[in-house]
Amino acid sequence: MLIRRPSDILPSEITPREVYLNRRQWMTGAAGLALATALPGVLEAAPLQAAKSPLSTTDEKLTSREDVTSYNNFYEFGTGKDDPAAKAKSLKTSPWTVKVDGMVGKPAEFAIEDLIKSSALEERIYRMRCVEGWSMVIPWVGFPLADLIKRVEPLGSAKYVAFETAYRPEEMPGMDTLFPVLEWPYVEGLRLDEAMNPLTILAVGLYGETLPNQNGAPIRLVVPWKYGFKGIKSITRISFVEKQPPTSWNKQAPNEYGFYANVNPSVDHPRWSQATERRIGEGGLFVKRRPTLMFNGYADQVASLYTGMDLRKFY
Amino acid sequence: MAGRTSAAGAAKGFALPQVPKILVYIVGFVPAVWLFYAGITDQLGADPMRYLEQALGLWALRFLVATLAITPLRQLFGINLLRYRRAIGLLAFYYAALHLVTYLVLDQGLDVAAIVADIVKRPYITIGMATFVILVPLALTSNNAAIRRMGGQAWARLHKLVYVAAVGAVLHYILVVKSWPPEPLVYAAIVAVLLGYRLVRSLVKKPSARRRAA
Repeated sequence: MLIRRPSDILPSEITPREVYLNRRQWMTGAAGLALATALPGVLEAAPLQAAKSPLSTTDEKLTSREDVTSYNNFYEFGTGKDDPAAKAKSLKTSPWTVKVDGMVGKPAEFAIEDLIKSSALEERIYRMRCVEGWSMVIPWVGFPLADLIKRVEPLGSAKYVAFETAYRPEEMPGMDTLFPVLEWPYVEGLRLDEAMNPLTILAVGLYGETLPNQNGAPIRLVVPWKYGFKGIKSITRISFVEKQPPTSWNKQAPNEYGFYANVNPSVDHPRWSQATERRIGEGGLFVKRRPTLMFNGYADQVASLYTGMDLRKFY
Repeated sequence: MAGRTSAAGAAKGFALPQVPKILVYIVGFVPAVWLFYAGITDQLGADPMRYLEQALGLWALRFLVATLAITPLRQLFGINLLRYRRAIGLLAFYYAALHLVTYLVLDQGLDVAAIVADIVKRPYITIGMATFVILVPLALTSNNAAIRRMGGQAWARLHKLVYVAAVGAVLHYILVVKSWPPEPLVYAAIVAVLLGYRLVRSLVKKPSARRRAA
């Protein structure tokens, strides 16, 4: 019979928490390194280490990974919901850089793997409400946009943040159509205080892995209290500017899509109601509509950004 | 069943092998049966209700376009499909009805207030509903008894409403999408060509000659 001796590991030999956490960071870095050393072109989904966040919604069922990665609006790859999943493989996400410029003290060009390595990744489970009237619950992996903003030290004159998607017609088959659906490249923008809000993240993954191309690899914006189209995908440039920057859907139909595009059940799209939504994956053919919540349910965290503003005018 | 016109047409063009009209209905309903089956067995993707709704509407438009193509096919190419026109037209109506029922029951959950608000406030719903209303008398009079009762001329005049329905259906499609994706524009172009052909022909042809041909 084996009688175990008391453990002879000295307390001093136990890996200190900091080192353990460091290792975690190192693992994240290793994932980044794997990204960096992979052959240029399409990346395999790589696991990402991410801490849970108290800002996640916890009481709602996640939309399946299958649905999140097969039902997408990413018009650079076509206007069909299944086009991005079918065609986005042609987008080369490695190497990839994100240029940060404009009114900042420290303009920079980040290699995506460095950005991932140097950021404390979190899992953020957010509702996503599309302007078309459907919604999902998605476990993103990312970091607060505020973290990046602090690193580049915006000047006092910077009032807005402008974002730009990659412009690569040869890799994005939906851009090359007789009548372009949108003016390319896709551009988006936020007010600086919206960009600094803790809920606003740059996502680099979902379901614990790097982003699939159809979801905006390798890095995209997620602003959960705004309609999904504000979540610009495959970002190559972030600029700090003084004036409100142009945004793609607003340019396409200014009376239908505003700069703010906050989820708001009482302000209808001119052509359809925004009062209700269908949760993808819920009920199949017999899906029941559910009421849409003000600011997509994030009013507690963001309503104060808009005090005194007429949200019918600034839709 | 439109026997006279079809015989006259066949004399003008070359004769195609005839298939029983029931076959047109059977084949025509294949997409609907497949869509409902696939919907119930979860094969229509992440948003099956919307897929079903849109697909049924698109098939209604396709059959509508097909009925409009029959006259030009005969006049320009001597291909006579007149004997199938009624079946194809009725298929367009049945698909429009299924599309409407899907909207009312599955999409809106029979929420009367929401549906009425949609019809009043949303131009694409208003137009879609008006288009369906136009198709109803056409479907109800798509039988020999109605032609006899109304007389050929009045019947033909009533059925010119199908042109309005085609324009309405295409507008409904264009208005429901974001921006200007290609598919609705392609259908709009096809309908424009099919209606434009009739307009040009009516302008070019002498009115007296037309009357004799009719």
